[in-house]
Amino acid sequence: MADTFTAPTIAWFDLTPILVLLGAALLLLLVGALTPRWPRGLYAATTATAAGTAMVLSFVLWDDVTDQGARTLVADAVILDGFSSFATIAICAAVLLACLVTDDYLRREQLDGPEIYALYLTSAIGGVVMAMANDLIVLFIGLEVLSMSFYVLAASHRRRIESQESGLKYFVLGGFSSAFFLYGVALIYGGSGSTRYDEIVTAFNDVVPTERADALVLAGVALLVVGLAFKVSAVPFHFWTPDVYQGAPTPITAFMASAGKVGAFAAMLRVLTEALPNWRDDWRPVVWVLSVLTLVVGSVLAVVQTNVKRMLAYSSISHAGFILVGVEAAAHRAGEADPGQGVSASLLYLLLYAVLVLGTFAVVSLVARTGDGNTDLSAFRGLGRTRPALALGMTVLLLAQAGVPLTSGFIAKFGVIEAAVDENSYAIAIIAMLASVIAAYLYLRIMVSMWIADPEPADEALEPVRTPFSTVLAVVLAVGFTLVVGVAPGWIVSAAENATTIVHQVGP
Amino acid sequence: MSAAVLAVEVTSTWYLVLAAALFCIGMVGVMVRRNPLVMFMCVELMLNAVNLSFVALASELGDIRGQTIVLFVMVVAAAEVVVGLGIVVAILRRRPKATADDLAELKG
Repeated sequence: MADTFTAPTIAWFDLTPILVLLGAALLLLLVGALTPRWPRGLYAATTATAAGTAMVLSFVLWDDVTDQGARTLVADAVILDGFSSFATIAICAAVLLACLVTDDYLRREQLDGPEIYALYLTSAIGGVVMAMANDLIVLFIGLEVLSMSFYVLAASHRRRIESQESGLKYFVLGGFSSAFFLYGVALIYGGSGSTRYDEIVTAFNDVVPTERADALVLAGVALLVVGLAFKVSAVPFHFWTPDVYQGAPTPITAFMASAGKVGAFAAMLRVLTEALPNWRDDWRPVVWVLSVLTLVVGSVLAVVQTNVKRMLAYSSISHAGFILVGVEAAAHRAGEADPGQGVSASLLYLLLYAVLVLGTFAVVSLVARTGDGNTDLSAFRGLGRTRPALALGMTVLLLAQAGVPLTSGFIAKFGVIEAAVDENSYAIAIIAMLASVIAAYLYLRIMVSMWIADPEPADEALEPVRTPFSTVLAVVLAVGFTLVVGVAPGWIVSAAENATTIVHQVGP
Repeated sequence: MSAAVLAVEVTSTWYLVLAAALFCIGMVGVMVRRNPLVMFMCVELMLNAVNLSFVALASELGDIRGQTIVLFVMVVAAAEVVVGLGIVVAILRRRPKATADDLAELKG
């Protein structure tokens, strides 16, 4: 037993997006702790610069893999391909916009400190690792880095008990779901003898699995799907979402809804289609059921809420249902050379939704006013009169979430439904369209409150809605992106398709 | 004890069954207990049940990787303790004797 340990060669340049984010996080924590408080906005500027740099590097790497082909890095632990570059870009965009919203929020709530930004960066690293992972354990580490940053972020408002309560709830349920996920990993390891995606596939390519191995892997797949369904907040594993989204500080809710969803869904797409294509006939019906439940329950429960943050939480659940429609479509082609529309439609949905939800919550964080407490529907009353430009921006974002044509939301929803129809999943496509009709009512309620509802005397007592530059810039960027993509979607749709055709091919 | 009982060979399946039992105890604990600290200990029990499965499966497969994974999981569990206790302490400092039922600001 004289096996020698050979250190893997590391292609440092291919890992630069992660390294830049990590470097900035360490810089903020270490230098931020050792030096007096930095001038206004410098923490946010550092974070945004790091996210912007990582985004540019991802574009460079994407270009590189287009020429050189996808490859695995660090002893096959992670994959660099179009899919991972696209997900990295989406996550970095979320960090950028979240910084803009957080900067003024922290000043208003007197919570200034570099920790929040450092945690944004570490959770972004977790999300990127999840999207790049080629090994279930690497995925688990990425998932935990993402989740643990989120637990602290959710609890980070020191003076609001709701914030700490949501952090605790998120923590207990997140740990619970991680345990399921990890148990799934253990059983798949036991059945196939490996945790690497490509080896899990090749383990059963030529041999018929023994009854024991088959049972272990099947149980593992079930537990893995449960763990991932928790993370993407699919019904019936969604019950933490409304509480956490409502309690967490609003800019952080925005960040969790965007970056968290991108990371979790990227991981789900990759694990299911690249590690478990041999069992696709077993997990596809499960995804189908999850998707239908998520669409219906998310849309229906969203309508009966009175708190806007809870409404948007249920709306994010119903959006998760739409992305699951894309995953279901991808399931039909899992493991085949032609991945079909499913994966690219889901990825595109994630990017477009990340921008949309950040813009929407940016407006909510302004309307919540000092103390971050005014998030009832009544707080939006009269916004169309007092701040017409802001209300107009919010209206565009809400219409986009509802999937109205000429906005990015329509392109996203059209993409996943088209992918489902391509694979002859007509039932799920029809259910998705009906659910989007139900959900439209919820967005209309907020719009009616902003533009039509009569003012009441109590509204006068409320502090006027401030419009700080950085938050407004985030809203303007989100609205601009929404409209540009809505009017001219060709380039971004083909970019998503291009990203998913450059995938790492599993063994011979 | 008779010789027949001693002759029973302990296979890795025994450990897997034990791990499954521990996992279920932890799972039920999280769902029925109301003290945040106890719920938290139950999550740790679930993670350690998974560790036991990993070691049992690694010895069955004769593969070192399963044991290596356990070290990773232990580090993750330790980090979770730090984060979780931090949040619990922050809440209990404001509200001594809080249980999960008392924490009901968020409902709908």
